[in-house]
Amino acid sequence: MKVLVQRRIEDLGTNVTNLLLGLGDFTNFTMKTIFWTFKPPYRWKLLFEQIYFIGNKSIFIIFLTSSFTGAVFAFQIYVGMKVINADSFIGPIVTIALAKELAPVLSGLVVAGRCGAAMAAQIGSMKVTEQIDALEVMGINSYQYLAVPRILGATLSLPLLSAIFLLIGYGGAWLIGTKVILIDEVIFSSLISDFMDLGMVAEGIIKATVFGYLIGIIGTYQGFNVTGGAEGVGKGTNMAVVWGMITVLVVDFFLTSFLTKIL
Amino acid sequence: MTNEQFSIEFKHVVKKFGDTTVLNDVDFGIIKNKITTVLGFSGAGKTTLMKHILGLTMPTSGDVEVLGTCINKIGELELREFRRNFGMVFQYAALFDFLTSFENVAFPLREFTKMTEAEIKEKVMGLLESVGISKEAAARLPSELSGGMRKRVGLARGLALDPHIMLYDEPTSGLDPITTHMVYDLMRETHYSNVHHGFTSVIISHDIHATLKYSDYVVFMENGQVVEHLDVESFKKSENPVIRRFLEL
Repeated sequence: MKVLVQRRIEDLGTNVTNLLLGLGDFTNFTMKTIFWTFKPPYRWKLLFEQIYFIGNKSIFIIFLTSSFTGAVFAFQIYVGMKVINADSFIGPIVTIALAKELAPVLSGLVVAGRCGAAMAAQIGSMKVTEQIDALEVMGINSYQYLAVPRILGATLSLPLLSAIFLLIGYGGAWLIGTKVILIDEVIFSSLISDFMDLGMVAEGIIKATVFGYLIGIIGTYQGFNVTGGAEGVGKGTNMAVVWGMITVLVVDFFLTSFLTKIL
Repeated sequence: MTNEQFSIEFKHVVKKFGDTTVLNDVDFGIIKNKITTVLGFSGAGKTTLMKHILGLTMPTSGDVEVLGTCINKIGELELREFRRNFGMVFQYAALFDFLTSFENVAFPLREFTKMTEAEIKEKVMGLLESVGISKEAAARLPSELSGGMRKRVGLARGLALDPHIMLYDEPTSGLDPITTHMVYDLMRETHYSNVHHGFTSVIISHDIHATLKYSDYVVFMENGQVVEHLDVESFKKSENPVIRRFLEL
């Protein structure tokens, strides 16, 4: 019994040490990427390539997710609101939820799944095939060449994707609200301007920007930390998606608490 | 031998990772304009030695001097500039898989020179031709090339910035015997066609037969120490029992 307790304490100690080491390593990585972001040469071409990959190439999946989210949410709200005869409020409720919460969080989850995984896989496979070493030997900083454009690309793309999510989600809700539930088009839209303000849109945009940065840094960090061969790349990719999604959800809670106070 | 004759000098270098000593008082010089092969069994410290030359790993104590510069005493940015003196061929070529062979060789030129696209094209095609890569192969991605072709493209990329030191990390691992000798012939040819502007080749290998055939000097490592550093003919006659065992393989 005593040995078992001792072993449990040792395991706990090892886990805490590993966690702290991991945090230290992640902080070190973050600092390096910040340093190399401001150091020339500025790699605009790589940045635009990443914005194209993360932004443009995600539009279709964002379109699908947002249109159905808006439509389904409108339906669900209608079912609840109909009971108290307040179904004309579907417009503002759906739009506020989209602007403040659904657009940034769901865009974040989509990008974490699609792009965070791709970042980890691309950088991870470059690491195991010594391509990162090749960059370093040439005198090119691999953080600046590989991590910075991806992190900035995600940071800049996610607010735009979130804005697109909001617009298309609103479109989905409008379609269901006015064409299926048959709420008057003018009432549906005019009530939105009564209940919404710019602060709500700003909240969503700020959240999306933070999520973009975090997804970028987690995806690239996992890529740089890949060890071994194909199995390591798979593990790194998996970690990038899991940690990316968890981070979006947890940080969303804290950001909501903070932003509702200041906006 | 005087210091001026060395392009790389290890001065009492010790490297420890935790409690493990990987390099133990390594003290020798690699002779300028010659082909030197670092031989040894797996885990002898060959790769760590190479990483010290490139400044990718720093010694725990001692100094590494390359072309007269003590690379463990210069700043990171200066070191990055300094690395342009090196060309490197990796074990599995390490070509950028998102770029064609042409673009791989053009990469360092686009990064570090102000050459026009026409000049880059001329230089890259010249380099690829010199290592026997056709125009068609130049347009292919690394995944579409054979192992030998990848090594040759890797060699062309390593030569793009006219380096003074060329490093080869197990350049023929995974290749068949005929391609192995083709690659070694090419390395030797490359060495002697560049030696006029100062060119030292360092090969990390455990291929004893190719080493004896193609190198000028041999450094033999065991347990993180340099056991012998001799010219090839003297190495063949070495009485060291470990080397004798290696030679009899």
